[in-house]
Amino acid sequence: MADHVSVASHHVGASAASAAAIQPVAGAAAARTTAHLVLIHPARTKRRRFTITRVPRLARRAIGPIVAIALWQLVCSQGLFTSFEVASPVAVFDAGRELAAQGVLASNLLISLQRVAIGVLLGVGTGVFLAVLCGLFWVGEDLIDPVIQAFRAVPILGLVPLVIIWFGVGETPKVFLIALGSLFPVYLNTYAGIRNVDNKLVEAGRTFGLNRLGLVFQVILPGALPGFLVGLRFALVGSWIIDVVAEEINAQSGLGYLINQAQSTNRIDIMFCCLTIYAILGLAADAIVRLLERRLLVWRAAFAGG
Amino acid sequence: MVNHVPGDQAAGGLAVLATGVTRSFQPGRGVLRGLDLSIAPGQFVALLGRSGAGKSTLLRILGGLDPEYGGDVLVPERRAVVFQEPRLIPWQRVQPNVVLGLRPGPGGRRGLKQHGLDALAEVGLAGHARAWPATLSGGEAQRVALARALVREPQLMLLDEPFGALDALTRTKMHTLLQALCARHRPAVLLVTHDVQEAVLLADRAVVLTEGRITLDVPVGLPRPRDPARPAFQDLRARLLAELGVDELRPAAVAETRAIWPAQTRSG
Repeated sequence: MADHVSVASHHVGASAASAAAIQPVAGAAAARTTAHLVLIHPARTKRRRFTITRVPRLARRAIGPIVAIALWQLVCSQGLFTSFEVASPVAVFDAGRELAAQGVLASNLLISLQRVAIGVLLGVGTGVFLAVLCGLFWVGEDLIDPVIQAFRAVPILGLVPLVIIWFGVGETPKVFLIALGSLFPVYLNTYAGIRNVDNKLVEAGRTFGLNRLGLVFQVILPGALPGFLVGLRFALVGSWIIDVVAEEINAQSGLGYLINQAQSTNRIDIMFCCLTIYAILGLAADAIVRLLERRLLVWRAAFAGG
Repeated sequence: MVNHVPGDQAAGGLAVLATGVTRSFQPGRGVLRGLDLSIAPGQFVALLGRSGAGKSTLLRILGGLDPEYGGDVLVPERRAVVFQEPRLIPWQRVQPNVVLGLRPGPGGRRGLKQHGLDALAEVGLAGHARAWPATLSGGEAQRVALARALVREPQLMLLDEPFGALDALTRTKMHTLLQALCARHRPAVLLVTHDVQEAVLLADRAVVLTEGRITLDVPVGLPRPRDPARPAFQDLRARLLAELGVDELRPAAVAETRAIWPAQTRSG
């Protein structure tokens, strides 16, 4: 191969200046001297009239769920399942309208939202506080972290009977369980985020005159933000799981309570409706975290773009 | 603890006075073994040495980053470090990075910001004030790091192989920039490098560190701008290389290596 190339450049060198060796060679000489070379095909994007990437991202991401719902409707209308086993999308929609007309949907949805919001706020706040305590002070790490790690190993839903004994059947046990469930992922990821902040950055910050408070607020906490957001995402997803279980076991209101009621009256359509609402709430929670990420981690987005 | 020299006059008008400096990371194996070094205000000193000779250890002690040393070290209060990596805070834009850790003076926050912008203009990056560090090239990021050091008007600038990670073309440009900046601001400079050419090109004085002690300390008396092609330049370069244990390839040495090649290929 190497011999071929050197022979080729000799040919060109004979007919033109030596610098011409790298320029395209035309005519019959080219056919002889480039026979052993291969052409790298340029991209042919210009020829394509339509590409999937031209469709807006939101619309592209909606295609999958829409197809899934269509298939779901198709399966139901073909009679593969009875309406006592699986409710069709149309039936789910009707059930939603029925619940809304009775005024049951909004009130129960709101009470669930309220429980999750208060629980997540408390859990995230406590989780961040403990993570900062353990991430910044060795006393916190040595004294508090092992305790949290031990509590983390206890299944939260296993606490339900205990929590009922402690707090009765009001709002407190539900909010407590949700708070506890969102505390651990936020704590773990924020703590890891703080510990993963590049020590060289901390050193640079100290050299250039940042005091301890400046280091915490300008270097360490912003550096732990990506970890915190991962924890927040886990917390939001987990909080709805805990909410529905807490409400099914012991509640007079909420989406979980609605599902439980539907079970006792054999209303498959209402059960599916509530589950669909959970799915939508989960998507909304995810969208909120994505939005936060886009806002708070612009410096990283700039990196991905560049 | 590193002691601060109040003003230029203290320690006999020196920017750095280090005497009997020792530092060991393992018992019985000292990295620095009773090192003495003094630097005059405005003097540019290049600190050469092989890997592991203790160059960066000394720089970190002078910068106040390593308090676990023995001996006496006197340095000015206003010091600035440029590391091999730019070490910019990724979540702060370029301008806030430059004035990182500075407190607003009489001009308030706006004055401080302008101060940062001026320093950026000086390194030729006025247009990048609002850029994120991740979008900068290696050379640009290192220029921001230079601006961040200069904006503090340091009496002592500590440069820890600041151009080591840059490509040759960018490095040459940075040499020119650094010389211009030093001529204007006149800080005392300690440049840690293992590039002998760079040392002879930039420094007023070259110091070789071998096994924890200074074994060669020579003034670089060449007129600026310096031409690496001149015999005086090459002589000093060869002398420093020899001190570092590198004999430049004499024609005889080249012949020897040629003679060895066929034998190596045969055995391989």
